[in-house]
Amino acid sequence: MALSPLMIFLAAIFTHNIALSYLLGMCPFLAMSRQLNTAFGMGIAVTLVMVITAALNWPIYHFILVPTNSQIISYILFIITIAASVQLLEMVIERFFPQLQNSFAIFLPLITVNCTILAVSLFMLLRDYSFIQTVFFAAGSGLGWTLAITVMAAIRGKMRLISDVPTQLRGAGITMIIAGILALAFIGFSGMMRIQ
Amino acid sequence: MMPVIVIVSILFTIAIMLIVAERFLISYGDCAITLNNERNISVKGGDSLLSYLTSNKIFIPSACGGKGTCGFCKVKVSKGGGTLLPTEEIYVTRQERAEGVRMACQVKIRSSIEINIPESLLGASEMKARVGKIEKLTHDIKYVRFDLLDSERISFKPGQYIQIKIPGAGEYRAYSIASEPSKDSCVELTVRLVPGGLCSTYVHEVMEEGDSVDLTGPFGDFCLQEDSDREIVGIAGGCGMAPIRSIVHHMAERGMPRKMSYFFGARTTKDLFYTKELKDIESKHPNFKYIPALSEPRPHEKWEGEVGLITHVVDRYVKSTKNMEAYLCGPPPMIDAAIALLTKKGMDPERIYFDKF
Repeated sequence: MALSPLMIFLAAIFTHNIALSYLLGMCPFLAMSRQLNTAFGMGIAVTLVMVITAALNWPIYHFILVPTNSQIISYILFIITIAASVQLLEMVIERFFPQLQNSFAIFLPLITVNCTILAVSLFMLLRDYSFIQTVFFAAGSGLGWTLAITVMAAIRGKMRLISDVPTQLRGAGITMIIAGILALAFIGFSGMMRIQ
Repeated sequence: MMPVIVIVSILFTIAIMLIVAERFLISYGDCAITLNNERNISVKGGDSLLSYLTSNKIFIPSACGGKGTCGFCKVKVSKGGGTLLPTEEIYVTRQERAEGVRMACQVKIRSSIEINIPESLLGASEMKARVGKIEKLTHDIKYVRFDLLDSERISFKPGQYIQIKIPGAGEYRAYSIASEPSKDSCVELTVRLVPGGLCSTYVHEVMEEGDSVDLTGPFGDFCLQEDSDREIVGIAGGCGMAPIRSIVHHMAERGMPRKMSYFFGARTTKDLFYTKELKDIESKHPNFKYIPALSEPRPHEKWEGEVGLITHVVDRYVKSTKNMEAYLCGPPPMIDAAIALLTKKGMDPERIYFDKF
């Protein structure tokens, strides 16, 4: 039975959260979760790039690589499309939406090497999604990552005000521990939906 | 064969697309960068302020090479440049924000901009140098002499630092100059091996005499106040030796016109260096005292000098700090302790000059 796109979308946010159940994209997750507005900007930028690259990689894989029997180069090609589309997106935003520049275009170069983006394109192959399913999966994964990083940023913001974290644990240490606790909490969603 | 053809043709298409997009999307026309209200640099917009400054031979400190991770390339922007970006918020303090401080590597030039750079930074230039001499000073500190090429000269104040461009990495690391300003055709540094450190590993493991290296500098407002005649207290630990040594030699050349006591803290005799050199200066100039102290002397070392943390030694030697000034260089905990001690003894905090690293 084909999964409904809406189901995939919700599952990608909650039960199969790309940050908290696959622990992908940890580097920006730790580095960018210091402030809420930074975290949110990064999250939105990741979502946008994820949807665009997945939507590009799906037709490239199915209409170019499969017919020419060159699936072997899919990894390289996905990375290239990601890098190129990030570059293009940056130019377009700078030119036509300069007011967006500050809120998220500056995160775009960081995203080029973010493994969550590549992961979405690879999951779409593994799980044999259709184009529509892929787009919903990418959007859901992006929003799920945004959810995780904004929750983390909010917790870290609050912790700065009220908690007395031991010096040795400050920074990445305590953030990893919180990420672990958040991941445990997200397990609570896991029985609700199944997408594989 | 097929995959190769596919990837080449896709790469080709993407490259063409990007070139076309760049042609049509990125053009800002001519922008002017006004420097300190006097100098005008006209540039084609689209790149970062830092890269335009560098290409116009204005070198401001930047350790990461423009990646926005070191926070050194701060400049004051008085007009234009847009608002502070989230990537800068971590490095720019609230007070600096109010003054319009930005990180040059994050300011993209899209229209004309007015900036202020301290005069002390404008003296910095890029120099080509050859490694003239490498020498082991202690088990983890090496002495390196860079000879400037093309009969170039460097003019700096004792206490300032220069940056080494690490070949292949495109990053810069700062080191205090250990030689005195009168030696203007070379730069001497003392480099401590930091485990995992990019530049110190390069200097210790890779660099050989005869290698060519790019240097930028001099930078820094930590330097000898030459217009004062107050007595000087110098306190250093480890490689903090370098700038103080420069100050000592500079003063010795002038016949040591001011009184100076130089306290140098080390762990064991293994960590002491330049002891003979400084003791020689001491014996020639009665105005100068060199007091090395060990915090953890081993019994077999038969150390007869001072023992204890360097701040405790300073406490024993210096009674009143009225009408004195201090130059501190070393690890942050040492500097913080020294500042606390000196102010407690009555020194005006404004006369304590320090360089933490």
